[in-house]
Amino acid sequence: MPAFTIKTERDQLTTDRLIERFGADAVTHERLYDTMVYVVPKEKIHEVLSLLRDELDFNFLTSLCGMHFPGLELELGAVYFLHSMRNGHRIRVKTFVSMKDATLPTATDLWPTANWMEREAYDFFGLHFTGHPNLKRILNMEDFPAFPMRKDYPLEDPTREDKNDTFFGR
Amino acid sequence: MSEHKAPVDMWKDDFAAGGNLNELTTLNLGPTHPATHGIFQNVLTLDGEIILETEQTIGYIHRAFEKICERRPFYQIPTLTDRMNYCSAPINNMGWHMAVEKLLGIDLPKRVEYMRVIIMELSRITDHIICNTIISQDAGATTPFLYYYQWRERIYEIYEEICGARLTTNMGRIGGFERNFSDLAWERTRAIIKELPAALVEFDKLLVRNRVFMDRCINCGPISAERALAYGFTGPNLRAAGVDYDVRVADPYSSYEDFDFKIPIGKSGDVYDRFTVRQEEMRQSISIVRQALEKLDKMTDKTTYHADVPHWVLPPKQEVYNDMEALIYHFKIVMGEVEVPVGEVYHCVEGGNGELGYYVVSDGGRAPFRVHFRRPCFIYYQAYPEIIKGGMLSDAILTMSSMNVIAGELDA
Repeated sequence: MPAFTIKTERDQLTTDRLIERFGADAVTHERLYDTMVYVVPKEKIHEVLSLLRDELDFNFLTSLCGMHFPGLELELGAVYFLHSMRNGHRIRVKTFVSMKDATLPTATDLWPTANWMEREAYDFFGLHFTGHPNLKRILNMEDFPAFPMRKDYPLEDPTREDKNDTFFGR
Repeated sequence: MSEHKAPVDMWKDDFAAGGNLNELTTLNLGPTHPATHGIFQNVLTLDGEIILETEQTIGYIHRAFEKICERRPFYQIPTLTDRMNYCSAPINNMGWHMAVEKLLGIDLPKRVEYMRVIIMELSRITDHIICNTIISQDAGATTPFLYYYQWRERIYEIYEEICGARLTTNMGRIGGFERNFSDLAWERTRAIIKELPAALVEFDKLLVRNRVFMDRCINCGPISAERALAYGFTGPNLRAAGVDYDVRVADPYSSYEDFDFKIPIGKSGDVYDRFTVRQEEMRQSISIVRQALEKLDKMTDKTTYHADVPHWVLPPKQEVYNDMEALIYHFKIVMGEVEVPVGEVYHCVEGGNGELGYYVVSDGGRAPFRVHFRRPCFIYYQAYPEIIKGGMLSDAILTMSSMNVIAGELDA
């Protein structure tokens, strides 16, 4: 099986520290395949990330991406992929927000690399990262009318008028 | 302006007042400029030839792969991953297959894993050949760019023999390969392993201790290890800055733990270190391929090329026409009607330019619910303004080529 080493004791340590600090109600944890996944409320996300970086040695932000689960109350989400290179330990931290209040605190003060990742999440999912130095679209054009990775955005551009859909539909 | 003046006179007035001397220039480097090797725009603010500020624009070849993936069955996605880092497309393919295999819980036979290792290391060599010859091209040495591409060509001939394609390979399948390697493919692999080391020595002799090249590259575009980690550098660029992080060792996949190889690291993270780290990595890759060939020679099994997963590996065509079971499996696979567990995995491989990660969320449907590609050069390219700040314009060109930024991967 590829890359399947489970660091049980590091996982346990991380879980214990997070629960000790934020309480068992705030942090839910679950092992998905080889990685622990923590879900924290968005009010605590910045504190959780700085605790993980400063006290548990997660010095490297591997990636950050947005998510959209239509139908849920908190339908938009962000996933932080954290990596402690010294311990060879990876975890994921998730947080969810509602469509009406899609704001999250920025992580650029913790890891400068979050800059473009957050711009990408904003560009595709419309997540607003408060405190971000330069939050604007990155891969799509600046006047793009939608957040295209949301599930309600169709794969083909709905604003196109050059295709006749009488016979084949869209 | 109150009174009209001819442009020449305006310039004369300005010059007499000393005003023009301290004026800053704005220069559009790109989007399509031959020296940027891809479509990147950098709006530079220059004081003479010194770069003060850079504003980057990317996304010129964004093709919404993550969105397209949400509509495609799992086995149709490798054609998209090819088009990210097209300099080492097989690594991208294998990374995708491994991510899906992790989701499905498929164990591969050792033979298949070693075959994958061979392919991944050969594509790492092509990637590094492209990057290093482009560095030499931008440093002013045209010879390697034209001359060493023959080795890339030789490796592409191996790909061609294995899967029929050269650049965008779509090589391998979920669960293994589409067919066994032919005798000619093995022969070509052995030949390249025998001949490439001498060519690398020649390449080294041409550049590594070349005074002109050293003066050009040493201390050009450096980055410290701390800044590199903060900016999410991975791969040869991070190792050139002195951090010995390599996914092949940190999280071994595809039986990399069976191989004996070294991780070369640099010290100052400048262009010269990135160049030499890649040179050494090519040697290590050759050594890995050689070890894999030896291991395969010792095996009695010469025919296994995929795991025993009939739900994912297409049956041979003759059987599809004559055998009911094979026809059913063929139909199920092609229509994407195979069971996928609900879950999410992240799997990363050491790509040509860094940690290439695949995050797959499955809701049990025929297509993934969400796919996120961790594209190494998207993440480290944002450090470019900081690296080139205060340097010369010509150094910026060289720095960009040494960072191995691939437009397809940057924009996905």
